[in-house]
Amino acid sequence: MTAALTIEALEAGYVRDLPILRQVDLVAERAKLTVIIGPNGAGKSTLIKAVAGLVPVTSGRVLLDGQDIAGIRPDQMGALGLSYVPQTDNIFRHLSVRENLALVLRRVPEKQARMAELFVLFPALAQKRADRAGSLSGGQRQMLAIAMALAPRPRVVLMDEPSAGLSPKIAAEVLALARSLTRQDVTVLLVEQNVKQALGVADHCYILAEGRNQLDGPAAAILADPVVGEIYLGGKRMSAA
Amino acid sequence: MIQNVLDGVLTGAVISLGAIGLTMVMHMLRFANFAYAELLAIGAYAALVFDKVLAALAPVLASAFKPLTLSASLALATLLAMAITGASAVLLDWLIFRRIRAKADALSMVFASFGVALIVRNAITLAFGHDAKLFSKDIAFATVLSTDPLILVKADQVFVLIAALALMAAFHIVLTRTAFGFALRAVAENPNLAQVAGVRLSTMIVSVWLIGGAFSAAAGVFYTLTNHLSPALGHNFLLPVFAATIVGGIGSVYGAVLGGFLVGVASALSLAVLPSGYVPAMPFLIILAVLLLRPHGLFGEDQA
Repeated sequence: MTAALTIEALEAGYVRDLPILRQVDLVAERAKLTVIIGPNGAGKSTLIKAVAGLVPVTSGRVLLDGQDIAGIRPDQMGALGLSYVPQTDNIFRHLSVRENLALVLRRVPEKQARMAELFVLFPALAQKRADRAGSLSGGQRQMLAIAMALAPRPRVVLMDEPSAGLSPKIAAEVLALARSLTRQDVTVLLVEQNVKQALGVADHCYILAEGRNQLDGPAAAILADPVVGEIYLGGKRMSAA
Repeated sequence: MIQNVLDGVLTGAVISLGAIGLTMVMHMLRFANFAYAELLAIGAYAALVFDKVLAALAPVLASAFKPLTLSASLALATLLAMAITGASAVLLDWLIFRRIRAKADALSMVFASFGVALIVRNAITLAFGHDAKLFSKDIAFATVLSTDPLILVKADQVFVLIAALALMAAFHIVLTRTAFGFALRAVAENPNLAQVAGVRLSTMIVSVWLIGGAFSAAAGVFYTLTNHLSPALGHNFLLPVFAATIVGGIGSVYGAVLGGFLVGVASALSLAVLPSGYVPAMPFLIILAVLLLRPHGLFGEDQA
């Protein structure tokens, strides 16, 4: 196993001298799906925003295939092989579907061919290519956001609660899509509130609380853990199956 | 009444050009820049200087394209003025606004913009004097196209309207057909997401100042093609340009264009029923009416 993304002793926050994340460590193995769970306010979203360059890192390292990317501007991350799908407002509503994709593909060689590939991968978007992205359904918007993240062929994709606000069926489809990316050698790190479904598709899980690491392990083991079940899964012990 | 509408459309085209840049700057940098309209004056005076220099260097360029009063030297001077004004806008941002942005809030930026407006206006007065200037003395004898003696339409006015619309159409093509245009629209809608999509914010800020400065220069020159030029040009257009921006909705380029024409025509029409001294209050009334009915303007959206 090799690490695609390694976070070491990360401290980060929106306000100087008031870190939300405290000495957080995390390893996302290559071509695996790693999920971060935890209660509200645990710092899950802050963690992936800090990795994406959107929240200032005060100390620690973020290694992308060995290269420290902490402090690099968010607009440079795509070129380094890292994409980020925000939880909300993750598409440009006033641009058409095609324009959204053209924007992220503007520095990609053979952009027309890549866009055609994306439309094959996401046939629902192909039918809506000329429509304003704001007119898409919730599930289609999330597909577009993921397609935009995949457009520059990233090695690592960060997703912030990709199933939030979606129906259970669409949420399952989105998580299955996240899982399928690992089969294309893409490393996925996602934050989820939908713990049971997320653990069902993940390889590894990290639990954060109050900005600190609490527990980590194989997703199946975490899912079967009675303590985790008590805290995060409504008090019922879940089977990994 | 027809004359009022024609005059209003012409002034509206100038206001629209000025408002395009202001709406982008206000939306992206989140502050009301009261120095913005001074860019119209910078552009017009820069064109005046370049016109004289070019005409002196190559007298053949000084002859007008009849029936217009526009000469080749002034056409070239306008292009140079657009570049210089765009660069001036970037320089003002770099010297003043960028530094305040890094340390203070939007209110400080607004006060700073008042100061910048005063400095620019007085610097122009110091350099060129209070006297009104003309690009061409032929302006008084400009060809009138209309046959109706009650309607005055000069060839220069038709040219100004066509040129302004052509600039807007060119910008529309940039916004809707090019990756740069997509990036501009993306930043206007969601700057954080635009960064995630690989757009460098600082580059777009410079681009917006350049575009806004160039359009303002064009607006200043177009207005002065049919009117006198004085250091108060920017000050006189401040309220109409702001009204157009607010009417259209801050951040909406198309809203700014529509707002410009609305303000221009409404102000000109008010001349038919109000004494001319009340006309400058018209943009204020339009701002108030729009803010009461649609607080975010015709095409604007709530900014969280």
